Amino acid sequence: MNEQALLGLADDELVLGWRDSEWTGIAPLLEEDVAFSSIAQNEIGHARAVYELVVGPDGDADALAFDRKPEEYRCAPLVELHVLDWAHTIARRWLYEVADEIRITALKGDPDPAVAGLAAKIDREEAYHRMHAEMWHERLQDESRFRAAVDELWPYALGVLPAELRGELVERVGLAQVDAVDRGTHTDELAPLWEEMTMVRRSAPAGAQW
Amino acid sequence: MVAEAQVWKALEQIPDPEIPVVSLVELGVIRSIDVRNGHVRIEFTPTFLGCPALEVMKRAMEEKVAGLGAEPEVEVISDDSWSTDRITPAGREKLRAAGFAPPAPREASAPRLVQLQANVFRCPYCGSTETRLENIFGPTPCRSLRYCESCRQPFEQFKTI
Repeated sequence: MNEQALLGLADDELVLGWRDSEWTGIAPLLEEDVAFSSIAQNEIGHARAVYELVVGPDGDADALAFDRKPEEYRCAPLVELHVLDWAHTIARRWLYEVADEIRITALKGDPDPAVAGLAAKIDREEAYHRMHAEMWHERLQDESRFRAAVDELWPYALGVLPAELRGELVERVGLAQVDAVDRGTHTDELAPLWEEMTMVRRSAPAGAQW
Repeated sequence: MVAEAQVWKALEQIPDPEIPVVSLVELGVIRSIDVRNGHVRIEFTPTFLGCPALEVMKRAMEEKVAGLGAEPEVEVISDDSWSTDRITPAGREKLRAAGFAPPAPREASAPRLVQLQANVFRCPYCGSTETRLENIFGPTPCRSLRYCESCRQPFEQFKTI
């Protein structure tokens, strides 16, 4: 597994973790307040573990996570989007989890045992995110607002995966292959998120103390 | 000179920071202890990767080992080697007594929603299996919320990992 692909995975999980945490305190149901907070915490935990793997035992995972410029992040545009309604939020969670399952399944077969072992650990936790996404998908799949949100986010979802894994996503989601919004480009919505995400780190370069 | 058995005994005194009824040893998160010339190397497997108690557990282990007069080294192993199956029988019983339903056994494939919705999870208060899933997620990453239809008591279920 090359480092750029691992960074793509870690950056996706970090940025989506931040986006999901935006529902903490304001989700439409108390259960979802708990669910989104817990999912966000898991995703950021996965990001940390992958950054630690990339930098090695003596490296600084925080520096990798927070000291890059927004344009240097390898996340997919799907996770950057600042979605403000429930239909788009659930559409993104569902599309992301389907794509992420395909990616993590492939990583479990990686020749590097450290990568394959971590992927297996992540997969056990992601199973609960998939259940949550599937439960909502089942509930909303016939709603026109949800369908419209899925259609709108579909080109972004394709961009989560490398070209060779997209066929499986097309099959699972049941939509036609279209031009993907690829990784490597960024939306305008990443920069404001980056400002917030790195604020403590930038304001206390020697390390914040509580 | 410190012996391995002494280290295990010392670590048995560290409670889980979030569920203090069980110790780290009962939780099964200590994979191995290697003692060499006053140097103690502990292989530690996190429950959930995003668990905020990781650093607290790590520090507590280091302090216990230092208290024995040895030099600690805690290595965090981020692979799939920890499972809820590693919680000891004594640990499971303590969880149950404290109102946490112990985890179901791990299967080869990851759990699915239909399994969590099945009537197989036992209420830690009255023993009934007439319980339903309230929320896959709970107050910490390792717990789900369930409700007992028999004694009308909500309770927390340890997730199978």
